[in-house]
Amino acid sequence: MCNVCGCGSGEIRIEGVAAGQADLRPTVHRHADGSVHAHDHSHDHDHSHAQIAGRDGSGDLHFGHGPAHAHAPGLSQARMVQIEQDILSKNDRYAETNRGQLQQRGIFAINLVSSPGSGKTTLLVRTIEALGGSLTTTVIEGDQQTTNDAERIRATGARAIQINTGKGCHLDAQMVGDAIERLNPPDDSLLLIENVGNLVCPASFDLGEAHKVAILSVTEGEDKPLKYPDMFRAADLMLLNKIDLLPYLSFDVERALAAALQVNPRLQVIQVSATTGAGFDEWLAWLRQGAAASCRQRAQADHGSTTFSAGREPAVAAQG
Amino acid sequence: MHEMSLAEGVLQIVEDTAKREGARRVSLVVLEIGKLSTVVPEALSFCFEAVTRGSVAEGARLEWVELPGQAYCMQCEQAVPLEAVYDPCPQCGSGQLQLIQGNEMRVKEMQIEQ
Repeated sequence: MCNVCGCGSGEIRIEGVAAGQADLRPTVHRHADGSVHAHDHSHDHDHSHAQIAGRDGSGDLHFGHGPAHAHAPGLSQARMVQIEQDILSKNDRYAETNRGQLQQRGIFAINLVSSPGSGKTTLLVRTIEALGGSLTTTVIEGDQQTTNDAERIRATGARAIQINTGKGCHLDAQMVGDAIERLNPPDDSLLLIENVGNLVCPASFDLGEAHKVAILSVTEGEDKPLKYPDMFRAADLMLLNKIDLLPYLSFDVERALAAALQVNPRLQVIQVSATTGAGFDEWLAWLRQGAAASCRQRAQADHGSTTFSAGREPAVAAQG
Repeated sequence: MHEMSLAEGVLQIVEDTAKREGARRVSLVVLEIGKLSTVVPEALSFCFEAVTRGSVAEGARLEWVELPGQAYCMQCEQAVPLEAVYDPCPQCGSGQLQLIQGNEMRVKEMQIEQ
């Protein structure tokens, strides 16, 4: 487990069942002669491993038979290998697979990110109720533990699947890919992904969604976008939630909006209240518009239109 | 931060490369980290040590090259240095900037022993 943020691996559960992420790391061991090697699987064998060092098959140790033919005693041959590969390239590959699959099926996927307690789940419940079956909606819920949120969503009648990340602090594209496969959302539908409540880590992990939507509630600080710029920069839309509480708070809306736009000048903002439904007309219109565009793109692709580009929605390329 | 996941990403790339190159041991891994990226190299270094235990990269040194932030300013029509992602252009104060460098999180190269 990471002592910095507490994230870890191997504890991921989808609806209480361990996710199928086999540890592909080879078993590495060191022999008495100091040679180290790795097996992809365990097996029994009765030969010695001494030849690993010399690679001449004689069983002798010879460190001078490598490409450089160096004979310095005790020195193995070291060389630099150029890699130039993004650290997140594995996640990004899974994300592109998810994105391609979602586009092919006309599914409009939204990744909702915020601090814990900003009202994400309440907002989702209210959104599903307000859509009232006019747009089929499925939900992927991400939390470290419990299936409480998925149960709250299911109570609305919508299908939902819970991912428990264990000690993980964010959803990644592979987890979401697994969840999409199990959830199997219908074509031309809306998929809402509620990320783990965390304003830091989920910013870096593309899940294959069409947009990240950041939720900031008025019970938080106005300067949160400045404190956590990566998340607000990665988002295309910000929902300012709980505005029904404004009369009781000293929250300065203008200051919060200025902070958000300073971090991300392209950010769209909608002010909402999941309790009263204020601002929901605009929010639902935004969702319907995106869903309709995804549906149109699928239909065009199905008809083999050559003018349609299967790329990501051009909408709002975040700075960088 | 999510440095543990990133460290696992680094290890995956290192292990794949080590296997492809027939490496017996990995002694050095060099990263390129943009100054404006979402990673704290010191924290990543700490996690790297933890995740490489028992792997081909156990005990490997982790070094990183910091790439400074740079953006193209639409107003100035030129590349300008950038200290933070939400900073305005240091020359004209405009916010119309397109990031060109500083977001990198890459494994640049590694030293292997065969």
